[in-house]
Amino acid sequence: MKARVSASQEVLKGLWDQNPVMRQLLGLCPALAVTVSAVNGLAMGAAVIFVLLCSNLLISLIRNWIPSQVRIAAYIVVIATFVTVVDLTMKAALPALSQSLGAFIPLIVVNCMILGRAEAFASKNGPWRSILDAVGMGIGFTIPLTAMGGIRELLGSGKLFGLTLLPGWEPWVVMILPAGGFLTLAVLLGGVNLVTQARAATSRQRLVEESRVQARITVQGSAAAGGEA
Amino acid sequence: MDLLLIFLGAALVNNFVLSYFLGICPFIGVSGRFSSALSMGLATTFVMVMSATVTWLVQAYLLTPLGLGYLQTVAFILIVASLVQFVEMVIKKVSPPLHRALGIFLPLITTNCAILGLALFIQLREQTFLQGLVFALGAGAGFTLAICLMAGIREELELADVPASLRGPGITLMVAATMALAFMGFAGMI
Repeated sequence: MKARVSASQEVLKGLWDQNPVMRQLLGLCPALAVTVSAVNGLAMGAAVIFVLLCSNLLISLIRNWIPSQVRIAAYIVVIATFVTVVDLTMKAALPALSQSLGAFIPLIVVNCMILGRAEAFASKNGPWRSILDAVGMGIGFTIPLTAMGGIRELLGSGKLFGLTLLPGWEPWVVMILPAGGFLTLAVLLGGVNLVTQARAATSRQRLVEESRVQARITVQGSAAAGGEA
Repeated sequence: MDLLLIFLGAALVNNFVLSYFLGICPFIGVSGRFSSALSMGLATTFVMVMSATVTWLVQAYLLTPLGLGYLQTVAFILIVASLVQFVEMVIKKVSPPLHRALGIFLPLITTNCAILGLALFIQLREQTFLQGLVFALGAGAGFTLAICLMAGIREELELADVPASLRGPGITLMVAATMALAFMGFAGMI
């Protein structure tokens, strides 16, 4: 039995430590494909949050009735159902957005991050924790997508969310092209790794210093004890 | 001529990996060694052609006549998943050496979005059966080409001095960006 983690930790782990895009490299296909603008990134994130929330909740509720041999197929059917709901709703309510996201809404079915959460979390935890996990992971997925969309839109057209932010900006057309997607993700990944490595280095440093202080205290203690004897 | 254009378009100009971003997971995950990249590419091509055939037939003779269009996503993913399972069993029975070579890669293909993406694209573009088949072959060839090129570059990269924060996926994505730029050169072909 693993140690109980608090509810806030359950949400927060998805934002940094286990961020699906930046740390686990899951769901990269939509992250690269739809992020030509910040709005697209945000819409994709919202769709994924909805599917993840519903599928995590349903799977955690029925987890004890699914025979383990067919569990993957059962998860895929659950996920595909909610994806169809999102797809049809978007087509009806937001036809323009649905057009620009194209086949990538139905492709949420094969987003390995959603199946990953179903297998790794919802199948082993209760409904409440599964919801918390879905919220954290969903937001952790949306933030990098919106950031990538924002960076590519700003550099590629001088706009952000459709508003001109950089008047007279010579657009870097490459940022809107597929190559720009790979490049933006590579630079963001590099940045996140830099922060993580720097953090790991400082915590290692602190550990070394603490053990050194500890050692000094022990040595002094034993020296004092020796003196008394 | 039309079919040739569809093939070249799917393989080079609108390469599935480098311009549609489909199948990024195996592209980054299985491109460490040239031999495994080639096996993955061939296995994917095989499943692509099979699933394009079956999903086209199901859509044309089952979903459309019965007015079940809204079940498309659910039906297609189930077809892909069961097809992968089926293909694995057949290969195991018919050709054990091939099964040993492809073995671990086959189950992974279920979650390869290039397969489902291809099936959906064929429906979106309202292609005929033959066009769809050629499109699937082209997409498979393009995927194999991209993953093999990437594996070749990464084998050389192992000797390079890459900054610590970019090691692994970071530098792979950088290389992919360069490859995507290079593949844009094919745009003038059609």
